[in-house]
Amino acid sequence: MTTNETLIKVENLVKNFGNIEVLKGINSEIKRGEVVVIIGASGSGKSTFLRCLNLLEHPTDGSIFFNDINITDPKTNINLHRQKMGMVFQQFNLFPHMTILKNMTIAPIKLLKMSKEDAEAKAMELLTKVGLADRASAYPSQLSGGQKQRVAIVRALCMDPEVMLFDEPTSALDPEMVGEVLGVIKDLAASGMTMAIVTHEMGFAREVADRVIFIDEGVIAEEGTPEEIFGNPKCPRLQEFLSKVL
Amino acid sequence: MTVFSFTNWIANAPQWVQSCPEWFQNLIFQLYQTFIYQDRWKFFIDGLKITFIVTIGALILGVIIGLFIAIIRTAHDNYTNKKPPLILTIINSICKLYLTIIRGTPMMVQLLVMGFVIMVPKTDFATVICGIITLGINSGAYVAEIVRSGLMSINIGQTEAGRSLGFNYVQTMWHIIIPQAVKNILPALGNEMITLLKDTSLVSVIALRDVTKQTQNIISKTYQAYVPYISLAIIYLVIVILLTRLLSIFERRLRKSDH
Repeated sequence: MTTNETLIKVENLVKNFGNIEVLKGINSEIKRGEVVVIIGASGSGKSTFLRCLNLLEHPTDGSIFFNDINITDPKTNINLHRQKMGMVFQQFNLFPHMTILKNMTIAPIKLLKMSKEDAEAKAMELLTKVGLADRASAYPSQLSGGQKQRVAIVRALCMDPEVMLFDEPTSALDPEMVGEVLGVIKDLAASGMTMAIVTHEMGFAREVADRVIFIDEGVIAEEGTPEEIFGNPKCPRLQEFLSKVL
Repeated sequence: MTVFSFTNWIANAPQWVQSCPEWFQNLIFQLYQTFIYQDRWKFFIDGLKITFIVTIGALILGVIIGLFIAIIRTAHDNYTNKKPPLILTIINSICKLYLTIIRGTPMMVQLLVMGFVIMVPKTDFATVICGIITLGINSGAYVAEIVRSGLMSINIGQTEAGRSLGFNYVQTMWHIIIPQAVKNILPALGNEMITLLKDTSLVSVIALRDVTKQTQNIISKTYQAYVPYISLAIIYLVIVILLTRLLSIFERRLRKSDH
């Protein structure tokens, strides 16, 4: 599904937390329709990299271009661009004081000025796709972890994003619920959605990725197709990492 | 005209009162001269009106000030890794100064300063406004800290989820953080409201005729402190009990989404 059109371009991305250098100059590109999986050890900076893409973490240095617009430029209204970048978190982060339907419709209604009826119709359609239409009027606390994460995914999809960012979407789930969430992400990949996924699920990474990026010590240590990365890793750190997780 | 006194009153009292023990006759006499004689219950009603007006006015002002300061302070504290904009630093310092001064001086002194140094109201209406502003500014400092603790109690993930959908800071606060924070801080906020209501009893020092001042006026006529002051205490107690009930009903309604 990968096209030739560059959707996100990252140039020399540096991120410091205080005196600690987490990202030490990352250069990368994500094409429209591409599924990029980011792997790496804990503390390698992979989540920070993902969170920099929609400026949840503000880069210390470097530039990020989204649709050829420099979103790291302070003059850019990042809120408008974030509407086009869906994000799914490890801890789901559903709004506990709203029903599932309200969780999904609040952003389209308030930000895209969609009518309540249209937004709800769209939300119901997406909920049906992930098999949760009957839970529309429930509150998040009444859902299981897997259900919450599926709702979080469709909540992001309600904004019609051009790219979806997943920050360890299955790490907080009980093992028996991982499958249902990965299933939804796979369907999404098959539909041609551009995605950047940080995950520890190597089997899933291999199956869904067009390209795998291995981040180590704040730099991209190796990248390539899943076959190259998992079948024939060159960098010693990657070989060591894979020997531990596979 | 005959002088109003216990002897005169008891002579004209109904038969059943005259057959009571003397201490009880005395109590009924005091109740009579506190509430009924010369329609003195109207003093209490007039006083309560002022008490309520000042409480509600100060409450609204306090919540507005408190919310504003809490959001400024939280926004400032959210810049952990980089320097916040200069304007935010300046406003934040002013907010901190305000909190220090208000929390560091007694309510009574603040009323005296506002009433006799800063505002010096001349008319009744101006005095009411002066009372509302002084109490509102005082309450705002406490509300600010209550609201700030409420905002900080909400997981940062909620802010991130809101921002990642494209909401700006204010929209995220308004639609996502504040509704959840309100639920957490309602008991503390209710407590502040009750404190505020009771603090209005101090406004008599700037010559505001609230229910406490009116009670003192009655005593200056009857020379009996017992019944007026006990009644005053009961009046405050009843209002506070009603407020507490109201708050717990409200709280239960807000907890609907917790299961």
